[in-house]
Amino acid sequence: MIAHLPALQVVIPLVSAPLCALLPAGRPAWLAAMTASWLAFLIAALLLYQVLAHGPISYLMGGWPVPWGIEYRVDALNAYMLLIVAAIGAIVASFGRTVVEQRLSLPVNKHPWFYTAYLLCLTGLLGITVTGDAFNVFVFLEISALSSYALISVGRDRRALVAAYQYLVMGTVGATFILIGIGLLYVMTGTLNMGDLAARLPAVSGTRTVRAAFAFLTVGTAIKLALFPLHLWLPNAYAYAPSPVAAFLAATATKVAIYVMLRFFFTVFGVQFSFETMQLDKILLPLSLVGIVSASLVAIFQTNVKRMLAYSSVAQIGYMMLGVSLVSVAGLTASISHLFNHALIKGSLFMALGCVSYRVGAARLERMAGVGRSMPWTMGAFVIGGLSLIGVPLTAGFVSKWYLIVGALEKGWWPVAVLVLATSLLAVVYIWRVVEVAYFKPAPEGLKVREAPLALLIPTWALALANLYFGLDTSLNAGVARLAAQGLLGGAP
Amino acid sequence: MKHYTIPRVVTKLLLPLILLFALYVQFHGDYGPGGGFQAGVIFGAGFILYALIYGLDKARRLMPPQVLRVGVSLGVLIYAGVGLLGLLLGGQYLDYNVLDSHDPAHGQHLGILLVELGVGITVSSVMVTIFYAFAGRGR
Amino acid sequence: MQILGHFNYWIFIILMMCGFYMVIASDNLIKKLVGLGIFQTSVFILYISMGKITGGTAPIVIDKAVVYSNPLPHVLILTAIVVGVATTSLGLALVVRIQEAYGTIEADEILAQDRDDSL
Repeated sequence: MIAHLPALQVVIPLVSAPLCALLPAGRPAWLAAMTASWLAFLIAALLLYQVLAHGPISYLMGGWPVPWGIEYRVDALNAYMLLIVAAIGAIVASFGRTVVEQRLSLPVNKHPWFYTAYLLCLTGLLGITVTGDAFNVFVFLEISALSSYALISVGRDRRALVAAYQYLVMGTVGATFILIGIGLLYVMTGTLNMGDLAARLPAVSGTRTVRAAFAFLTVGTAIKLALFPLHLWLPNAYAYAPSPVAAFLAATATKVAIYVMLRFFFTVFGVQFSFETMQLDKILLPLSLVGIVSASLVAIFQTNVKRMLAYSSVAQIGYMMLGVSLVSVAGLTASISHLFNHALIKGSLFMALGCVSYRVGAARLERMAGVGRSMPWTMGAFVIGGLSLIGVPLTAGFVSKWYLIVGALEKGWWPVAVLVLATSLLAVVYIWRVVEVAYFKPAPEGLKVREAPLALLIPTWALALANLYFGLDTSLNAGVARLAAQGLLGGAP
Repeated sequence: MKHYTIPRVVTKLLLPLILLFALYVQFHGDYGPGGGFQAGVIFGAGFILYALIYGLDKARRLMPPQVLRVGVSLGVLIYAGVGLLGLLLGGQYLDYNVLDSHDPAHGQHLGILLVELGVGITVSSVMVTIFYAFAGRGR
Repeated sequence: MQILGHFNYWIFIILMMCGFYMVIASDNLIKKLVGLGIFQTSVFILYISMGKITGGTAPIVIDKAVVYSNPLPHVLILTAIVVGVATTSLGLALVVRIQEAYGTIEADEILAQDRDDSL
């Protein structure tokens, strides 16, 4: 069975999704979803171990040889992404059942469909990451996107519906752009396998068709990963989605879109074409810098804390793209390790907020007065996540900021390094606003708020402690990221 | 639609043909143009036509939502199950060659037939489910 | 003749821009979805027409034919058509629920209601 792990990675959540729909509402459907996501995590961990020990794995679907069949190809970058997605998927699935179901705008008999959509979203994200076939990327992208629109729309606020609709329109435009790009590549090369594409593209890279394909893929993935100024769908989608959904999507969906972008730019088109011929870094650099500054400033003025975190996500995506635009091992290491660290950070922050809004009813700032004393464990996790977001030493967030600054200084771009430090101060401001209200404002009279139930606290603290652990032991988040970065810059996987 | 005799009679006449054509497209799909997606849509369209002419309640009696719920899931399970069967018989995932130990070509034939059957079941159930969901809203 | 020879690409681009314009310019949520549908359909034309080979027959094994059109883009786009159906039905379902929750499907009226909520 070990040899079949790449296929099972996708198949296990895929099979469990329809099973969930058949199971009765309540415990059985939830247990099936949780078992499937923990199995997916186990498989991802085994895959990463195998890749690190023996090098890239190639799996031929249906036994059809490359380039005719669909190949699943796992190298250091894939395996690392699979681990992020599967780990967050498993932890979010363990987030207390009764609490989550209580916050959905669904009748009880429809609850199993929520888990079906969740598992399909997980399937899609894992599929995008594991596959080595360009068209397969589009198919899995749409599987994950369609299910995430459904997941967002079940939030209790009616604005969740509009947010899901906006995301649907933007996401479909983005995915269709990616589809056009893949189609144009197929016209020029006659192949869809990524390795084969990489081998055949240099011969035709001077044509306008390939350049158009590059442009379509860039814009399509930029919409999907919410790169400034194409980020407008993101804040509402995260703010009005149910908290576990927001935690899951914030920690995985945009990350996987960044992975797709890295895969196409570095593996398929190659560093030389993307950054020397097309000069992509000259576009990415200003966009990511403006994105970091403007999104951080907007985050400071939000009264809905979930919306604040959503804008902060846009800023963090800016950091990741900044690392990409450095086109160096240090810069890419910063980006790839920030994929991991930011998943931990935003996962723990959104889950802590889920605990808060479960007890006080909403994630609005004024409602959080005094919760620091009444919910010490929840707010403790929030503070750890916040420190990591700022990039305080000994937390995971510090690791990626460190590499980013090292990468910028290597290039001699000291203004960029200064800007990274300065924008970290903006993060201090918006995290401090929450901390101030929660700890130093007296709770309103007569309002009794209790600590969140253990079923919510355990997964939240698991992620919060991971933030501390990976700030000390950087062999996984930075070590493997470095390997992946070297793989990307070294040509074909 | 109670008073419109012609659409009712024509529907009754057409319905068996539509369903039969869907089955033809389904099972001819491995040698000619066709397959599960197209057949599923045609099959679902037959039921939707029936529901349009004879009303949602009658259609629901003919094809209850509980059956559709199973159908939606069952098709995916058949598809993935065939893939897993290939894996258990010692091939790769979705390798149809191993389905028949003597004649790989026959294995391919069997595999694609089963997979397309799964696709057909899911697509037709999904089509009718979507129609029910929209038509039954706000009643 | 170069321009006319690529007429399938011209149709693709015109349809794509029509659809895209509708998505951006219309305020009605259903009209936006119609635009999105046209936008997606234009890509189907791009894929299907690229599989055509001059003088090629349908890709079915018969005795006389020597040149077949490429069937792969057709199969690929079948998947994209299914995705399109799913997107449209999900979008329409969302519009139905927006209508139930807000009583309107005009984007500006929904925005105005949301603004009143947050005040």
